[in-house]
Amino acid sequence: MEGNGFTRRTALRAGAAGLAASALPLVNVHGQTGGGRLALGLWDHWVPVGNDAMRKLVTEWGQKNRVDIQLDFITSVGNKNLLTIAAESQAKQGHDVLSFPTWEIHAQSELLEPMDDVMTRLSQKYGAINPIVEYLGKIDGKWRAIPAVSGSQNKPSLGRIDLLKQHGGIDVQAMYPASDSAANTAEQWNWETFLKAAEGCQKAGFAFGLPLGNFPDANDWVGSLFRSFGAELVNAKGEITANSDNVRAVLAYAQRLCQFLPNDVFSWDDASNNRALISGKSALIFNPPSAWAVAKRDAPQVAEQCWTFPAPAGAAGRFTPYLPYFWGVWGFSRNKGAAKALMEHLSERDQAQAMVAASGGYDIPPFTSMTDFDTWAKEGPPTGVVYNYPVRPHHKSQQFIAAYPAPPAIAVQMYNQGIQAKMIARVVQNKEPVDRTIAWVTRELEGFQRG
Amino acid sequence: MSQAVISSNVAPPSARNSAMRRLARRNSTTAFLLTLPLILLILCLVVYPFLYAVYLSMLNKRQTRFVWLDNFTFLLGRETFWDVVFQSVLFAVTAVLLKAMIGFILAHVLHALPAKGQRKWRGMLLVPWVIPPAISTLAWWWLFDPSYSAFNWALAGIGVDPVPWLGATGWARFSVILVNVWYGSPFFMIMYLAALKSVPDQLYEASAIDGASGWQKLRYVTFPMMRNIISITVLFSLIVTFANFDIVRILTNGGPQDSTHVFATYAFQVGIQSGDIPLGASVSLFMFPLLAIFAIFTLRGVNKRTKEMS
Repeated sequence: MEGNGFTRRTALRAGAAGLAASALPLVNVHGQTGGGRLALGLWDHWVPVGNDAMRKLVTEWGQKNRVDIQLDFITSVGNKNLLTIAAESQAKQGHDVLSFPTWEIHAQSELLEPMDDVMTRLSQKYGAINPIVEYLGKIDGKWRAIPAVSGSQNKPSLGRIDLLKQHGGIDVQAMYPASDSAANTAEQWNWETFLKAAEGCQKAGFAFGLPLGNFPDANDWVGSLFRSFGAELVNAKGEITANSDNVRAVLAYAQRLCQFLPNDVFSWDDASNNRALISGKSALIFNPPSAWAVAKRDAPQVAEQCWTFPAPAGAAGRFTPYLPYFWGVWGFSRNKGAAKALMEHLSERDQAQAMVAASGGYDIPPFTSMTDFDTWAKEGPPTGVVYNYPVRPHHKSQQFIAAYPAPPAIAVQMYNQGIQAKMIARVVQNKEPVDRTIAWVTRELEGFQRG
Repeated sequence: MSQAVISSNVAPPSARNSAMRRLARRNSTTAFLLTLPLILLILCLVVYPFLYAVYLSMLNKRQTRFVWLDNFTFLLGRETFWDVVFQSVLFAVTAVLLKAMIGFILAHVLHALPAKGQRKWRGMLLVPWVIPPAISTLAWWWLFDPSYSAFNWALAGIGVDPVPWLGATGWARFSVILVNVWYGSPFFMIMYLAALKSVPDQLYEASAIDGASGWQKLRYVTFPMMRNIISITVLFSLIVTFANFDIVRILTNGGPQDSTHVFATYAFQVGIQSGDIPLGASVSLFMFPLLAIFAIFTLRGVNKRTKEMS
């Protein structure tokens, strides 16, 4: 030992340091790590101040924990975020943390760091989480991402108080006031009542703005419509169940409803319904509060008459369209401990409340216990316009993603190829017999079953 | 070590310099060096992505094992994919034919204009081709917008019912082809104009002396002299039109009911949006054999004619 200058004491010291270093990440996960660098690619919020709030939260955390933060906001316009995810997953390098849209966790699960430790702690603190988030984020019993506050949205009814009262025969403000109770009339808020209101408003020149193209807004409300009729195309086992009376019933209903919609809804995109409401041409759309927020700026007289309330119920229940985002840490990240710690920090109640407030109530936290923030009660005009935006117990509603409960590998194709909206388009636009449409969708679904 | 050994290992500087000079003087070396940046660019941005796409297309959905040609076999059995093939061919062939016809007519009109005013018209007619297509397509989308279409507004002014430009299959196909023709015609025009200008005036003079009519001059002088440029322009445009993405993506997103999807938009929907990158790569590669066969025949024709002319 004399010759190389490496003493027994030095060797022991190096070994102890090595052991400590290897144990460090385990401690760091919960203990808020210090040092290092973290590259984040988070969703570019529709509400511009949403980015400012997120930047502030992340920067404060970085300074406190001595972590260098590189923060990019990646837009979902033109699927830029999907392209970034695809590129980074192929290259196996890029950001440490990315915001993942609804279906991407399943697609990238093998490259994502398990988040069970973080989710266990968050669930212990904040209680139940909605089953849709579990369906989308938990794979083979392991959480592969954390449900994000920022970007997650519901799409309940967003209607005009005056037009619906005058032409639709329903007082939505009285039916679902800005309080934790609903009027008796809420029991009658079903698809038949909806149809009568749609007819009345259409005849008065204020047709409901319900898109039926292949875009998320169309897929979301159509998915909830199908579910509330019990019309399941593929069950949880992956078996095709499209040939059912419930599917026939929902298609028959859609034919009746489409008589009262603008005849160009088959080409509407995600902005068309917003424009219909904001321009004062439509009495009802299914949307997050972003349409109301734009109306508040551009058409205040329309915004003052807007009210958010749950989707109508069908024979199988009431289902509110829901589109969650996730925060995931790549397996190739070099600072997983810090990444997890930051994600956990952002999911805490205080941070969630700050993001909900900054987004004007747009963001929906995944925990039911976080639906009591006062932002939703205070926003206006009219005050309480978004009170019923988060799903509350008295709504007797469930958050729902179109194509659930089909296995996600099938569901993602059903969703992104707008299979349910296309079924409606075939029977309405092409006047195709329902049985032929069911035969067509069965063939399409067989293709989606490919492994 | 002796001086003799050293001199046998290292060439004298004068000999080395002259060898380098000889190498540099060779035309092929200079040509190779000048084209090297382009070759590298093509290798990096064309050859590598193409080979990578071939590799991806032979993987399973989760990219964990080779399935060889299974993705292609699967696609051949899908009704929607055959619709996409039909629409891609309809879109590309119709658009290219219309662009070629309009470009041909415009080139002749411009050629006939006096030189003074020609430049102004040439500049104006090139505008659609100069604007980035994503931006001009957005403007078209606004004109076609389902609810607030400027076209429908104008039609309403003369008492005509609104047209579902992007909402009904026939009109949506018409709209995407129209925008592509609007965007691509100036390219044909400028290529044909250049070809027209290179036709020697003596040929027209000779044909006039022989008593040829205007149609005969076009049929027996202009057209044969332009055949090569027409072939190459059509080939080039067909490749670009087959691979079109932005116009369909912005105007219709493939709808209604997938009736305007072309290979590129369908590949994006299947590969990126639905998380099946290998299948998306397979869809995009289907264009390759179709275009390769067309390119081989076209270029063979061009070579043959060039040899005949020389």
